[in-house]
Amino acid sequence: MSIAPPANPALLDIRDVSKSFGSVEVLRSVSLKVTRGEVVTVIGPSGSGKTTLLRCVNFLESYDSGSIRIDGKEVGFRETGTRQRRSERDLAKMRAETGMVFQSFNLFPHLTAAGNIMLGLRKVRGKSSAEARQIAEHWLGRVGLAHKADSLPAELSGGQQQRVGIARAVAMEPKILLLDEITSALDPELVGEVLEVVRSLAEDGMTMVMVTHEMAFARDASSRIVFMADGGVSAAGPPAEILGADIDNERLRSFLARFRASHF
Amino acid sequence: MLGQIAYALPFLAQGFAVTLWVSLLVVVLSLVAGVMMGVGLVYGPTPLRWVVRIFSDTIRGIPILVLIFFVYYGLPAIGIHLESFWAAVLALTLFKTAQVIEYLRGAVGSIPKGQSEAAMAIGLTFRQRLAYVIFPQAFRRFLPPWINGVTDAVKGSALVSLLGITDLMHAINQVIGRTYEAMPLYILGAVIYFAVNYALSLASRRLERRFSFIRE
Repeated sequence: MSIAPPANPALLDIRDVSKSFGSVEVLRSVSLKVTRGEVVTVIGPSGSGKTTLLRCVNFLESYDSGSIRIDGKEVGFRETGTRQRRSERDLAKMRAETGMVFQSFNLFPHLTAAGNIMLGLRKVRGKSSAEARQIAEHWLGRVGLAHKADSLPAELSGGQQQRVGIARAVAMEPKILLLDEITSALDPELVGEVLEVVRSLAEDGMTMVMVTHEMAFARDASSRIVFMADGGVSAAGPPAEILGADIDNERLRSFLARFRASHF
Repeated sequence: MLGQIAYALPFLAQGFAVTLWVSLLVVVLSLVAGVMMGVGLVYGPTPLRWVVRIFSDTIRGIPILVLIFFVYYGLPAIGIHLESFWAAVLALTLFKTAQVIEYLRGAVGSIPKGQSEAAMAIGLTFRQRLAYVIFPQAFRRFLPPWINGVTDAVKGSALVSLLGITDLMHAINQVIGRTYEAMPLYILGAVIYFAVNYALSLASRRLERRFSFIRE
């Protein structure tokens, strides 16, 4: 008997992932599938495990049980069923398949904007300096910073730094882009320029998982919203359903009510 | 008096060469060993961290003079016989290595964790992360205490004279033994040591300025 593969296999397949920090269970049997081209936003109160989940996807954090697959390949562990951690070299290779943008930007301060983007292209993708420079300039243009290619991060505003951070991640042509509260450290007037870049990537069909507190953005730009609470997925669905008035989920209702009270 | 000192100059120059040679060996060997062990201390598995921690704390808790005598007079008891020159170099290197470990730990520890994570996220391996992201940033913080340590090594190399090695210090003492001109010879020695160390700190300042473009 043969089992036909599903018509639209998940690009990212998180299955029953659990993780504890000491006695605190931060992820409780989380499952989530993301298909190619989807933009999934993850919302929820702080401490609900959103960021931890995202960090497990590129194995910046390990997890205790369950599996995370990208394009069918287990991310952090060898496919021998023994939960043996991949070698350093394999992990690096797997991580290069995902891009990540951080809340605190984490640009390399000793490298220029272009240098930040070129590092991975040269050392991981093996491109020549000239080729890497060309790609860096292309992406800097895409995020509206063509004129800042030779600026050091310290010479850029927060919004500009984060746009370089996004360019650094997407220049590697990742299969999936992970965005971890990328506007939380920004002054309110700089949030728009960063979200604009994310929106244009979404229009290009980039698969994204985004942890965010920007509800308006989640509503307008995502194909699906995942609401996490207490380390588990509490609700998931299209924005209209999740943010709609008639959702039957007490935790989500109170989260949204509190959120609205503090933001409007 | 000056004639006698001038007559002794070639002998002093030989001693000076030994001082420089010992210093160079100690500085280079301790840099290599210290950086490797320091990386082990920061990134290694727990047992390795413990080994390096114990090594560093023990060595730094022993007076350098005791360490020199221990290596030269103590190790033969367990069958390790070293020439006085190499015993002195080994003892000074152990001492300096422990310091380099601490400089490296401090410098690398000052780099925010997000730097490693960003480097991991683009797919750099551990070695690449160190080479292209961590060390270039840590270098600026490593340099000042390390150069300080290098000048200490040059000064500390005078201790090898206690094992009968004819370095600059020992040469000076021998010339004094023949000429009884203690004051001018010690002043000459002080000037030479000072000249070497002052040149080093000038070079250090220039290097630090070159790397000051890195801002946090």
